[in-house]
Amino acid sequence: MKKINYPFSAEEMRDLKVGDMVLITGKLYTGRDAVHKRLHDGVKPPVDLKNQIIYHCGPVILQDPKTKEYKVTAAGPTTSIREEPYQADVMKDYGIVGVIGKGGMGAKTLAGCKEYGCVYFHAIGGAAQVLAEKIDKVTGVHWLDLGSPEAIWELAVTDFPVVVTMDAHGNSLHAEVESKSNDALKKFL
Amino acid sequence: MALKKKASKIPVKKTKKVTTQKKAAAKKPAKKSSKTVAKKVAKDSIEDSLLELIRVTSAELPDDVQKVILEALEREEKNTSAEYAMNIIKANIELAKKKSQPLCQDTGTVIFYVSHPVGFNQTKFSDKILKAVTLATKKGYLRQNSVDSLTGENSGLNVGPGHPSIHFHEHAKKTVEVKLMLKGGGCENVGAQYSLPHTALGAGRDLDGVRKVILDAVHKAQGKGCGPGVLGVCIGGDRGAGYMESKEQLFRKLDDQNSHPELKKLEKEIVETSNKLGIGPMGFGGKTTLLGCKISALNRLPASFFVSISYMCWAYRRQGVELSGNNQIKKWLY
Repeated sequence: MKKINYPFSAEEMRDLKVGDMVLITGKLYTGRDAVHKRLHDGVKPPVDLKNQIIYHCGPVILQDPKTKEYKVTAAGPTTSIREEPYQADVMKDYGIVGVIGKGGMGAKTLAGCKEYGCVYFHAIGGAAQVLAEKIDKVTGVHWLDLGSPEAIWELAVTDFPVVVTMDAHGNSLHAEVESKSNDALKKFL
Repeated sequence: MALKKKASKIPVKKTKKVTTQKKAAAKKPAKKSSKTVAKKVAKDSIEDSLLELIRVTSAELPDDVQKVILEALEREEKNTSAEYAMNIIKANIELAKKKSQPLCQDTGTVIFYVSHPVGFNQTKFSDKILKAVTLATKKGYLRQNSVDSLTGENSGLNVGPGHPSIHFHEHAKKTVEVKLMLKGGGCENVGAQYSLPHTALGAGRDLDGVRKVILDAVHKAQGKGCGPGVLGVCIGGDRGAGYMESKEQLFRKLDDQNSHPELKKLEKEIVETSNKLGIGPMGFGGKTTLLGCKISALNRLPASFFVSISYMCWAYRRQGVELSGNNQIKKWLY
Protein backbone atom coordinates (compact mmCIF):
# COMPACT_ATOMS: atom_id res chain seq x y z
CA MET A 1 0.00 0.00 0.00
CA LYS A 2 1.42 3.40 -1.05
CA LYS A 3 0.49 6.76 0.43
CA ILE A 4 0.34 10.17 -1.15
CA ASN A 5 -0.22 13.35 0.77
CA TYR A 6 -1.28 16.90 -0.11
CA PRO A 7 0.18 18.97 -1.76
CA PHE A 8 0.38 16.69 -4.80
CA SER A 9 2.80 16.98 -7.72
CA ALA A 10 3.20 15.61 -11.24
CA GLU A 11 6.63 14.17 -10.27
CA GLU A 12 5.09 12.13 -7.48
CA MET A 13 2.35 10.91 -9.83
CA ARG A 14 4.95 9.71 -12.32
CA ASP A 15 6.28 7.35 -9.64
CA LEU A 16 2.97 5.47 -9.53
CA LYS A 17 2.30 2.38 -11.65
CA VAL A 18 -0.78 0.48 -12.76
CA GLY A 19 -1.85 -1.90 -10.00
CA ASP A 20 -0.57 0.25 -7.12
CA MET A 21 -3.00 0.43 -4.23
CA VAL A 22 -2.84 3.95 -2.86
CA LEU A 23 -4.20 5.84 0.15
CA ILE A 24 -4.70 9.55 -0.54
CA THR A 25 -4.65 12.15 2.23
CA GLY A 26 -5.38 15.83 1.71
CA LYS A 27 -7.74 17.73 -0.51
CA LEU A 28 -9.99 16.53 -3.34
CA TYR A 29 -12.35 18.48 -5.56
CA THR A 30 -15.43 16.73 -6.91
CA GLY A 31 -16.23 17.42 -10.53
CA ARG A 32 -18.40 15.43 -12.90
CA ASP A 33 -20.39 15.90 -16.10
CA ALA A 34 -21.60 19.50 -15.77
CA VAL A 35 -18.32 20.76 -14.29
CA HIS A 36 -16.25 19.24 -17.11
CA LYS A 37 -18.58 20.59 -19.75
CA ARG A 38 -18.49 24.07 -18.23
CA LEU A 39 -14.68 24.04 -17.96
CA HIS A 40 -14.46 22.81 -21.52
CA ASP A 41 -16.79 25.61 -22.63
CA GLY A 42 -14.09 27.98 -21.39
CA VAL A 43 -15.55 29.11 -18.06
CA LYS A 44 -12.75 29.84 -15.61
CA PRO A 45 -12.75 27.41 -12.64
CA PRO A 46 -13.73 28.95 -9.28
CA VAL A 47 -10.61 27.44 -7.66
CA ASP A 48 -7.01 26.95 -8.78
CA LEU A 49 -6.85 23.36 -10.02
CA LYS A 50 -3.07 23.33 -10.48
CA ASN A 51 -1.63 20.13 -8.92
CA GLN A 52 -5.05 19.12 -7.64
CA ILE A 53 -7.00 15.87 -7.88
CA ILE A 54 -10.51 15.83 -9.35
CA TYR A 55 -12.92 13.22 -8.04
CA HIS A 56 -15.71 12.09 -10.36
CA CYS A 57 -18.37 12.00 -7.70
CA GLY A 58 -21.85 13.33 -7.04
CA PRO A 59 -22.15 12.92 -3.28
CA VAL A 60 -25.21 12.84 -1.07
CA ILE A 61 -24.85 15.98 1.04
CA LEU A 62 -26.99 17.08 3.95
CA GLN A 63 -26.87 20.62 5.32
CA ASP A 64 -27.41 21.24 9.01
CA PRO A 65 -30.34 23.68 9.11
CA LYS A 66 -28.87 25.53 12.12
CA THR A 67 -25.10 25.62 11.60
CA LYS A 68 -25.40 25.53 7.76
CA GLU A 69 -22.52 23.07 7.78
CA TYR A 70 -22.44 20.43 5.05
CA LYS A 71 -22.06 16.75 5.78
CA VAL A 72 -21.25 14.03 3.23
CA THR A 73 -23.40 10.98 3.84
CA ALA A 74 -22.51 8.96 0.73
CA ALA A 75 -19.69 9.56 -1.74
CA GLY A 76 -18.64 6.83 -4.18
CA PRO A 77 -17.25 7.45 -7.66
CA THR A 78 -19.34 7.93 -10.79
CA THR A 79 -18.56 6.46 -14.23
CA SER A 80 -15.60 8.36 -15.66
CA ILE A 81 -15.85 7.57 -19.35
CA ARG A 82 -18.41 10.34 -19.80
CA GLU A 83 -15.62 12.86 -19.20
CA GLU A 84 -13.45 11.32 -21.92
CA PRO A 85 -14.02 14.19 -24.40
CA TYR A 86 -12.89 16.76 -21.79
CA GLN A 87 -10.44 15.19 -19.33
CA ALA A 88 -7.17 15.55 -21.21
CA ASP A 89 -7.94 19.21 -21.95
CA VAL A 90 -8.68 19.86 -18.27
CA MET A 91 -5.22 18.39 -17.49
CA LYS A 92 -3.63 20.63 -20.09
CA ASP A 93 -5.54 23.83 -19.33
CA TYR A 94 -5.72 23.69 -15.53
CA GLY A 95 -2.85 21.42 -14.47
CA ILE A 96 -4.66 18.68 -12.54
CA VAL A 97 -2.39 15.76 -11.62
CA GLY A 98 -4.93 13.14 -10.59
CA VAL A 99 -8.38 11.90 -11.49
CA ILE A 100 -10.41 9.58 -9.28
CA GLY A 101 -13.37 7.78 -10.78
CA LYS A 102 -14.61 4.38 -11.81
CA GLY A 103 -14.78 2.27 -14.94
CA GLY A 104 -11.63 3.76 -16.44
CA MET A 105 -11.11 6.16 -19.33
CA GLY A 106 -10.03 5.97 -22.95
CA ALA A 107 -7.06 6.59 -25.20
CA LYS A 108 -7.32 10.39 -25.22
CA THR A 109 -7.16 10.58 -21.42
CA LEU A 110 -4.36 8.00 -21.29
CA ALA A 111 -2.30 10.11 -23.68
CA GLY A 112 -3.07 13.18 -21.54
CA CYS A 113 -1.89 11.34 -18.40
CA LYS A 114 1.41 10.59 -20.09
CA GLU A 115 1.94 14.07 -21.44
CA TYR A 116 0.97 16.07 -18.35
CA GLY A 117 2.00 13.71 -15.53
CA CYS A 118 -1.43 12.69 -14.34
CA VAL A 119 -2.75 9.42 -12.88
CA TYR A 120 -6.18 7.84 -13.05
CA PHE A 121 -7.14 6.33 -9.72
CA HIS A 122 -9.99 3.83 -9.57
CA ALA A 123 -12.15 4.01 -6.46
CA ILE A 124 -14.53 1.15 -5.71
CA GLY A 125 -17.83 1.88 -7.41
CA GLY A 126 -20.83 1.74 -5.13
CA ALA A 127 -18.73 1.82 -1.96
CA ALA A 128 -20.27 5.12 -0.93
CA GLN A 129 -20.17 4.50 2.82
CA VAL A 130 -16.60 3.22 3.07
CA LEU A 131 -15.45 6.21 1.00
CA ALA A 132 -17.61 8.77 2.85
CA GLU A 133 -15.97 7.60 6.09
CA LYS A 134 -12.62 8.77 4.69
CA ILE A 135 -13.95 12.29 4.20
CA ASP A 136 -13.23 14.33 7.31
CA LYS A 137 -14.89 17.55 6.28
CA VAL A 138 -16.48 19.58 3.50
CA THR A 139 -14.22 22.63 3.27
CA GLY A 140 -16.06 24.46 0.51
CA VAL A 141 -18.53 24.31 -2.33
CA HIS A 142 -18.54 26.02 -5.74
CA TRP A 143 -20.92 26.11 -8.67
CA LEU A 144 -23.82 24.90 -6.56
CA ASP A 145 -26.09 26.30 -9.29
CA LEU A 146 -25.35 23.04 -11.16
CA GLY A 147 -27.31 21.14 -8.50
CA SER A 148 -25.87 19.34 -5.49
CA PRO A 149 -24.58 16.18 -7.24
CA GLU A 150 -22.93 18.25 -10.01
CA ALA A 151 -21.36 20.99 -7.87
CA ILE A 152 -17.64 21.26 -7.01
CA TRP A 153 -17.30 20.05 -3.42
CA GLU A 154 -13.99 20.64 -1.68
CA LEU A 155 -13.29 17.64 0.55
CA ALA A 156 -10.65 16.98 3.20
CA VAL A 157 -9.83 13.25 3.15
CA THR A 158 -7.65 10.83 5.08
CA ASP A 159 -6.41 7.53 3.62
CA PHE A 160 -8.88 7.56 0.75
CA PRO A 161 -8.46 4.08 -0.85
CA VAL A 162 -7.88 3.81 -4.62
CA VAL A 163 -6.14 1.63 -7.19
CA VAL A 164 -4.02 3.06 -10.01
CA THR A 165 -5.55 1.73 -13.23
CA MET A 166 -4.03 4.25 -15.69
CA ASP A 167 -0.56 5.61 -15.05
CA ALA A 168 1.53 8.44 -16.48
CA HIS A 169 3.57 6.01 -18.61
CA GLY A 170 0.88 4.98 -21.07
CA ASN A 171 -0.30 1.86 -19.21
CA SER A 172 -3.98 1.15 -18.73
CA LEU A 173 -5.41 -1.82 -16.86
CA HIS A 174 -8.72 -1.11 -18.63
CA ALA A 175 -7.21 -1.41 -22.10
CA GLU A 176 -5.49 -4.63 -21.03
CA VAL A 177 -8.60 -6.26 -19.54
CA GLU A 178 -10.69 -5.10 -22.51
CA SER A 179 -8.31 -6.71 -24.97
CA LYS A 180 -7.84 -9.97 -23.04
CA SER A 181 -11.56 -10.39 -22.41
CA ASN A 182 -12.21 -9.72 -26.08
CA ASP A 183 -9.90 -12.60 -27.01
CA ALA A 184 -11.69 -14.83 -24.50
CA LEU A 185 -15.08 -13.79 -25.85
CA LYS A 186 -14.17 -14.77 -29.41
CA LYS A 187 -13.84 -18.38 -28.29
CA PHE A 188 -17.45 -18.40 -27.15
CA LEU A 189 -19.01 -16.78 -30.21
CA MET B 1 -34.49 -11.12 7.97
CA ALA B 2 -37.81 -9.74 9.16
CA LEU B 3 -36.34 -9.60 12.64
CA LYS B 4 -33.39 -7.50 11.55
CA LYS B 5 -35.60 -4.97 9.89
CA LYS B 6 -37.95 -4.86 12.86
CA ALA B 7 -35.00 -3.98 15.03
CA SER B 8 -33.86 -1.18 12.78
CA LYS B 9 -37.44 0.07 12.50
CA ILE B 10 -37.82 0.73 16.19
CA PRO B 11 -36.40 4.27 16.30
CA VAL B 12 -38.65 5.36 13.43
CA LYS B 13 -41.73 4.05 15.20
CA LYS B 14 -40.67 5.57 18.50
CA THR B 15 -40.27 9.04 17.05
CA LYS B 16 -43.70 8.77 15.54
CA LYS B 17 -45.29 7.80 18.81
CA VAL B 18 -43.53 10.56 20.72
CA THR B 19 -44.67 13.27 18.35
CA THR B 20 -48.27 12.13 18.21
CA GLN B 21 -48.38 11.77 21.96
CA LYS B 22 -46.97 15.23 22.36
CA LYS B 23 -49.59 16.67 20.08
CA ALA B 24 -52.34 14.83 21.91
CA ALA B 25 -51.03 15.96 25.27
CA ALA B 26 -50.98 19.55 24.15
CA LYS B 27 -54.64 19.35 23.21
CA LYS B 28 -56.45 17.22 25.78
CA PRO B 29 -55.17 14.32 27.82
CA ALA B 30 -58.63 12.72 27.72
CA LYS B 31 -59.66 9.28 26.47
CA LYS B 32 -61.23 10.76 23.38
CA SER B 33 -57.92 12.14 22.14
CA SER B 34 -56.23 8.74 22.24
CA LYS B 35 -58.81 7.57 19.72
CA THR B 36 -57.90 10.50 17.50
CA VAL B 37 -54.26 9.52 17.85
CA ALA B 38 -54.97 5.95 16.81
CA LYS B 39 -56.86 7.15 13.77
CA LYS B 40 -54.12 9.57 12.86
CA VAL B 41 -51.46 6.88 13.01
CA ALA B 42 -53.52 4.63 10.76
CA LYS B 43 -54.10 7.45 8.28
CA ASP B 44 -50.42 8.36 8.06
CA SER B 45 -49.04 4.86 7.97
CA ILE B 46 -48.93 4.46 4.17
CA GLU B 47 -46.40 7.25 4.01
CA ASP B 48 -44.47 5.86 6.99
CA SER B 49 -44.43 2.38 5.49
CA LEU B 50 -43.26 3.69 2.11
CA LEU B 51 -40.58 5.80 3.77
CA GLU B 52 -39.33 2.76 5.69
CA LEU B 53 -39.33 0.75 2.46
CA ILE B 54 -37.18 3.42 0.79
CA ARG B 55 -34.79 3.64 3.76
CA VAL B 56 -34.24 -0.11 3.91
CA THR B 57 -33.90 -0.45 0.13
CA SER B 58 -31.28 2.30 -0.01
CA ALA B 59 -29.21 1.11 2.96
CA GLU B 60 -29.48 -2.70 3.00
CA LEU B 61 -28.89 -5.39 0.41
CA PRO B 62 -31.32 -8.33 0.34
CA ASP B 63 -29.96 -11.61 1.78
CA ASP B 64 -29.92 -13.42 -1.57
CA VAL B 65 -27.66 -10.70 -3.03
CA GLN B 66 -25.34 -10.59 0.00
CA LYS B 67 -24.90 -14.34 -0.21
CA VAL B 68 -23.59 -14.33 -3.79
CA ILE B 69 -21.34 -11.33 -3.09
CA LEU B 70 -19.68 -13.17 -0.20
CA GLU B 71 -19.25 -16.25 -2.41
CA ALA B 72 -17.63 -14.05 -5.06
CA LEU B 73 -15.22 -12.62 -2.50
CA GLU B 74 -14.16 -16.15 -1.51
CA ARG B 75 -13.46 -17.06 -5.15
CA GLU B 76 -11.08 -14.19 -5.91
CA GLU B 77 -7.37 -14.77 -5.61
CA LYS B 78 -5.78 -13.33 -2.50
CA ASN B 79 -3.85 -10.04 -2.65
CA THR B 80 -5.26 -8.99 -6.01
CA SER B 81 -7.09 -5.77 -6.75
CA ALA B 82 -10.17 -7.90 -7.45
CA GLU B 83 -10.09 -9.27 -3.90
CA TYR B 84 -9.40 -5.76 -2.59
CA ALA B 85 -12.48 -4.46 -4.42
CA MET B 86 -14.69 -7.26 -3.07
CA ASN B 87 -13.44 -6.64 0.47
CA ILE B 88 -14.31 -2.96 0.23
CA ILE B 89 -17.73 -3.92 -1.15
CA LYS B 90 -18.28 -6.26 1.82
CA ALA B 91 -17.24 -3.55 4.29
CA ASN B 92 -19.52 -1.08 2.53
CA ILE B 93 -22.54 -3.36 2.84
CA GLU B 94 -21.95 -3.70 6.57
CA LEU B 95 -21.32 0.02 7.10
CA ALA B 96 -24.36 1.23 5.13
CA LYS B 97 -26.63 -1.01 7.17
CA LYS B 98 -25.06 0.03 10.46
CA LYS B 99 -25.30 3.73 9.66
CA SER B 100 -28.64 3.42 7.86
CA GLN B 101 -27.25 5.46 4.98
CA PRO B 102 -27.27 4.92 1.20
CA LEU B 103 -25.11 1.98 0.08
CA CYS B 104 -24.27 3.97 -3.03
CA GLN B 105 -24.53 7.73 -3.48
CA ASP B 106 -26.34 7.17 -6.77
CA THR B 107 -29.70 6.19 -5.34
CA GLY B 108 -30.79 5.71 -8.91
CA THR B 109 -34.09 5.67 -10.71
CA VAL B 110 -36.72 5.07 -8.06
CA ILE B 111 -38.89 2.32 -9.52
CA PHE B 112 -42.07 1.19 -7.75
CA TYR B 113 -44.16 -1.85 -8.71
CA VAL B 114 -47.45 -1.91 -6.84
CA SER B 115 -49.67 -4.99 -6.97
CA HIS B 116 -53.15 -4.35 -5.64
CA PRO B 117 -56.66 -5.83 -5.45
CA VAL B 118 -59.63 -4.76 -7.58
CA GLY B 119 -61.02 -1.32 -6.73
CA PHE B 120 -57.74 0.12 -5.46
CA ASN B 121 -57.24 3.88 -5.74
CA GLN B 122 -54.07 4.31 -7.80
CA THR B 123 -54.25 8.11 -7.84
CA LYS B 124 -54.23 8.40 -4.06
CA PHE B 125 -51.47 5.82 -3.70
CA SER B 126 -49.30 7.60 -6.29
CA ASP B 127 -49.71 10.78 -4.31
CA LYS B 128 -48.49 8.99 -1.17
CA ILE B 129 -45.49 7.64 -3.08
CA LEU B 130 -44.54 11.15 -4.24
CA LYS B 131 -44.76 12.43 -0.67
CA ALA B 132 -42.66 9.56 0.68
CA VAL B 133 -40.01 10.04 -2.04
CA THR B 134 -39.80 13.77 -1.29
CA LEU B 135 -39.42 13.11 2.42
CA ALA B 136 -36.84 10.35 1.81
CA THR B 137 -34.81 12.83 -0.27
CA LYS B 138 -34.91 15.42 2.51
CA LYS B 139 -33.76 12.78 4.98
CA GLY B 140 -30.86 11.76 2.71
CA TYR B 141 -32.11 8.22 1.99
CA LEU B 142 -32.18 9.34 -1.64
CA ARG B 143 -29.84 11.74 -3.43
CA GLN B 144 -31.27 14.76 -5.26
CA ASN B 145 -31.31 12.78 -8.43
CA SER B 146 -33.91 14.14 -10.79
CA VAL B 147 -32.84 16.56 -13.50
CA ASP B 148 -34.97 18.43 -16.04
CA SER B 149 -33.64 17.10 -19.36
CA LEU B 150 -34.20 20.40 -21.17
CA THR B 151 -33.04 22.98 -18.63
CA GLY B 152 -30.63 20.86 -16.56
CA GLU B 153 -32.40 22.06 -13.43
CA ASN B 154 -32.47 19.77 -10.40
CA SER B 155 -35.64 20.26 -8.37
CA GLY B 156 -33.95 18.62 -5.40
CA LEU B 157 -37.04 16.55 -4.64
CA ASN B 158 -36.77 13.55 -6.98
CA VAL B 159 -40.19 14.28 -8.38
CA GLY B 160 -40.91 15.30 -11.97
CA PRO B 161 -42.04 13.85 -15.30
CA GLY B 162 -41.25 10.12 -15.11
CA HIS B 163 -39.82 10.38 -11.58
CA PRO B 164 -40.40 8.32 -9.58
CA SER B 165 -41.32 5.54 -11.95
CA ILE B 166 -44.55 3.92 -10.70
CA HIS B 167 -46.15 0.78 -12.16
CA PHE B 168 -49.46 -0.64 -11.03
CA HIS B 169 -50.62 -4.18 -11.49
CA GLU B 170 -53.96 -5.65 -10.42
CA HIS B 171 -53.81 -9.05 -8.79
CA ALA B 172 -56.33 -11.55 -7.45
CA LYS B 173 -55.09 -11.26 -3.85
CA LYS B 174 -56.69 -8.95 -1.31
CA THR B 175 -53.39 -7.48 -0.15
CA VAL B 176 -51.26 -4.61 -1.46
CA GLU B 177 -47.64 -5.41 -2.28
CA VAL B 178 -45.13 -2.67 -3.00
CA LYS B 179 -41.81 -3.54 -4.59
CA LEU B 180 -39.05 -1.00 -4.98
CA MET B 181 -35.86 -0.95 -6.99
CA LEU B 182 -33.20 1.77 -6.89
CA LYS B 183 -31.28 1.44 -10.13
CA GLY B 184 -28.14 3.54 -10.46
CA GLY B 185 -27.16 5.41 -13.60
CA GLY B 186 -23.80 3.69 -14.14
CA CYS B 187 -25.37 0.30 -14.61
CA GLU B 188 -28.36 1.68 -16.49
CA ASN B 189 -25.96 3.21 -19.00
CA VAL B 190 -24.47 -0.18 -19.92
CA GLY B 191 -27.86 -1.75 -20.64
CA ALA B 192 -28.26 -2.74 -24.28
CA GLN B 193 -30.83 -3.76 -26.85
CA TYR B 194 -29.97 -5.93 -29.84
CA SER B 195 -32.00 -6.63 -32.94
CA LEU B 196 -31.48 -10.12 -34.34
CA PRO B 197 -30.02 -11.22 -36.65
CA HIS B 198 -26.75 -9.46 -35.78
CA THR B 199 -24.24 -9.90 -38.60
CA ALA B 200 -21.05 -8.80 -36.82
CA LEU B 201 -21.61 -11.22 -33.93
CA GLY B 202 -22.92 -14.00 -36.15
CA ALA B 203 -26.05 -14.07 -34.01
CA GLY B 204 -29.18 -15.52 -35.60
CA ARG B 205 -32.80 -15.60 -34.49
CA ASP B 206 -32.46 -18.44 -32.03
CA LEU B 207 -31.32 -19.03 -28.46
CA ASP B 208 -27.71 -19.33 -29.53
CA GLY B 209 -28.00 -15.89 -31.14
CA VAL B 210 -29.51 -14.61 -27.90
CA ARG B 211 -26.56 -16.07 -25.98
CA LYS B 212 -24.05 -14.33 -28.26
CA VAL B 213 -25.54 -10.87 -27.93
CA ILE B 214 -25.85 -11.17 -24.15
CA LEU B 215 -22.15 -12.07 -23.90
CA ASP B 216 -21.31 -9.15 -26.15
CA ALA B 217 -23.21 -6.83 -23.79
CA VAL B 218 -21.27 -8.21 -20.81
CA HIS B 219 -18.00 -7.60 -22.64
CA LYS B 220 -18.97 -4.08 -23.68
CA ALA B 221 -19.99 -3.23 -20.10
CA GLN B 222 -16.52 -4.19 -18.75
CA GLY B 223 -16.37 -2.69 -15.24
CA LYS B 224 -18.43 0.37 -16.07
CA GLY B 225 -21.67 -0.95 -14.61
CA CYS B 226 -20.05 -1.57 -11.18
CA GLY B 227 -19.61 -5.28 -11.57
CA PRO B 228 -19.90 -7.98 -10.56
CA GLY B 229 -23.41 -7.41 -11.80
CA VAL B 230 -26.69 -9.19 -12.49
CA LEU B 231 -28.47 -9.24 -15.83
CA GLY B 232 -32.20 -9.00 -16.45
CA VAL B 233 -32.94 -10.10 -20.01
CA CYS B 234 -36.06 -10.13 -22.16
CA ILE B 235 -36.24 -12.00 -25.44
CA GLY B 236 -38.89 -10.51 -27.74
CA GLY B 237 -41.49 -7.82 -27.14
CA ASP B 238 -41.25 -4.42 -28.77
CA ARG B 239 -38.42 -2.06 -27.78
CA GLY B 240 -40.35 -0.55 -24.89
CA ALA B 241 -41.89 -3.73 -23.50
CA GLY B 242 -38.57 -5.56 -23.84
CA TYR B 243 -36.69 -3.13 -21.63
CA MET B 244 -39.54 -3.02 -19.10
CA GLU B 245 -39.63 -6.81 -18.88
CA SER B 246 -35.84 -7.02 -18.55
CA LYS B 247 -36.08 -4.76 -15.47
CA GLU B 248 -38.93 -6.80 -14.02
CA GLN B 249 -36.68 -9.87 -14.22
CA LEU B 250 -34.46 -8.13 -11.66
CA PHE B 251 -37.25 -8.51 -9.10
CA ARG B 252 -36.69 -12.29 -9.19
CA LYS B 253 -34.65 -13.76 -6.34
CA LEU B 254 -31.16 -14.81 -7.35
CA ASP B 255 -31.66 -18.37 -6.15
CA ASP B 256 -35.01 -18.98 -7.88
CA GLN B 257 -35.36 -21.43 -10.75
CA ASN B 258 -36.63 -20.45 -14.18
CA SER B 259 -39.67 -22.63 -14.94
CA HIS B 260 -38.67 -22.77 -18.60
CA PRO B 261 -35.97 -25.47 -18.95
CA GLU B 262 -34.15 -23.88 -21.88
CA LEU B 263 -34.07 -20.45 -20.31
CA LYS B 264 -32.90 -21.98 -17.04
CA LYS B 265 -30.02 -23.58 -18.92
CA LEU B 266 -29.22 -20.34 -20.73
CA GLU B 267 -29.19 -18.31 -17.49
CA LYS B 268 -26.63 -20.70 -16.02
CA GLU B 269 -24.54 -20.74 -19.18
CA ILE B 270 -24.40 -16.94 -19.40
CA VAL B 271 -23.10 -16.64 -15.83
CA GLU B 272 -20.51 -19.40 -16.30
CA THR B 273 -19.23 -18.09 -19.62
CA SER B 274 -19.15 -14.45 -18.46
CA ASN B 275 -17.04 -15.48 -15.50
CA LYS B 276 -14.51 -16.97 -17.90
CA LEU B 277 -14.00 -13.62 -19.66
CA GLY B 278 -11.69 -12.33 -16.92
CA ILE B 279 -13.32 -8.91 -16.58
CA GLY B 280 -13.78 -9.32 -12.83
CA PRO B 281 -14.96 -7.00 -10.06
CA MET B 282 -14.85 -3.34 -11.18
CA GLY B 283 -13.24 -4.53 -14.42
CA PHE B 284 -9.95 -5.10 -12.55
CA GLY B 285 -9.64 -8.60 -13.98
CA GLY B 286 -10.73 -11.56 -11.86
CA LYS B 287 -13.02 -14.50 -11.52
CA THR B 288 -16.45 -12.98 -10.98
CA THR B 289 -17.91 -10.81 -13.70
CA LEU B 290 -21.57 -11.75 -13.20
CA LEU B 291 -23.43 -12.72 -10.05
CA GLY B 292 -26.56 -13.82 -11.85
CA CYS B 293 -28.70 -13.69 -14.96
CA LYS B 294 -32.51 -13.80 -15.24
CA ILE B 295 -34.19 -14.29 -18.59
CA SER B 296 -37.78 -14.31 -19.80
CA ALA B 297 -39.53 -14.14 -23.15
CA LEU B 298 -42.39 -12.11 -24.60
CA ASN B 299 -44.03 -12.71 -27.94
CA ARG B 300 -42.68 -10.71 -30.85
CA LEU B 301 -43.78 -9.62 -34.30
CA PRO B 302 -42.61 -11.73 -37.24
CA ALA B 303 -40.45 -8.76 -38.32
CA SER B 304 -38.82 -8.08 -34.94
CA PHE B 305 -36.51 -10.05 -32.66
CA PHE B 306 -35.22 -7.90 -29.86
CA VAL B 307 -33.02 -8.95 -26.98
CA SER B 308 -33.17 -6.34 -24.21
CA ILE B 309 -30.62 -6.40 -21.42
CA SER B 310 -30.69 -4.49 -18.16
CA TYR B 311 -27.53 -4.56 -16.09
CA MET B 312 -27.77 -4.26 -12.32
CA CYS B 313 -24.69 -3.28 -10.31
CA TRP B 314 -23.51 -5.24 -7.25
CA ALA B 315 -25.35 -2.61 -5.16
CA TYR B 316 -28.53 -4.44 -6.15
CA ARG B 317 -31.08 -2.46 -4.21
CA ARG B 318 -34.48 -4.05 -4.34
CA GLN B 319 -36.96 -4.67 -1.61
CA GLY B 320 -40.68 -5.15 -1.19
CA VAL B 321 -43.35 -5.12 1.44
CA GLU B 322 -46.81 -6.53 1.91
CA LEU B 323 -49.04 -3.97 3.59
CA SER B 324 -51.62 -4.84 6.21
CA GLY B 325 -55.21 -3.56 6.14
CA ASN B 326 -54.17 -0.36 7.91
CA ASN B 327 -51.15 0.06 5.65
CA GLN B 328 -48.51 -0.98 8.14
CA ILE B 329 -45.66 -3.18 6.92
CA LYS B 330 -46.87 -6.74 7.46
CA LYS B 331 -44.12 -8.65 5.72
CA TRP B 332 -40.82 -8.01 3.90
CA LEU B 333 -40.69 -9.74 0.52
CA TYR B 334 -36.92 -10.26 0.16
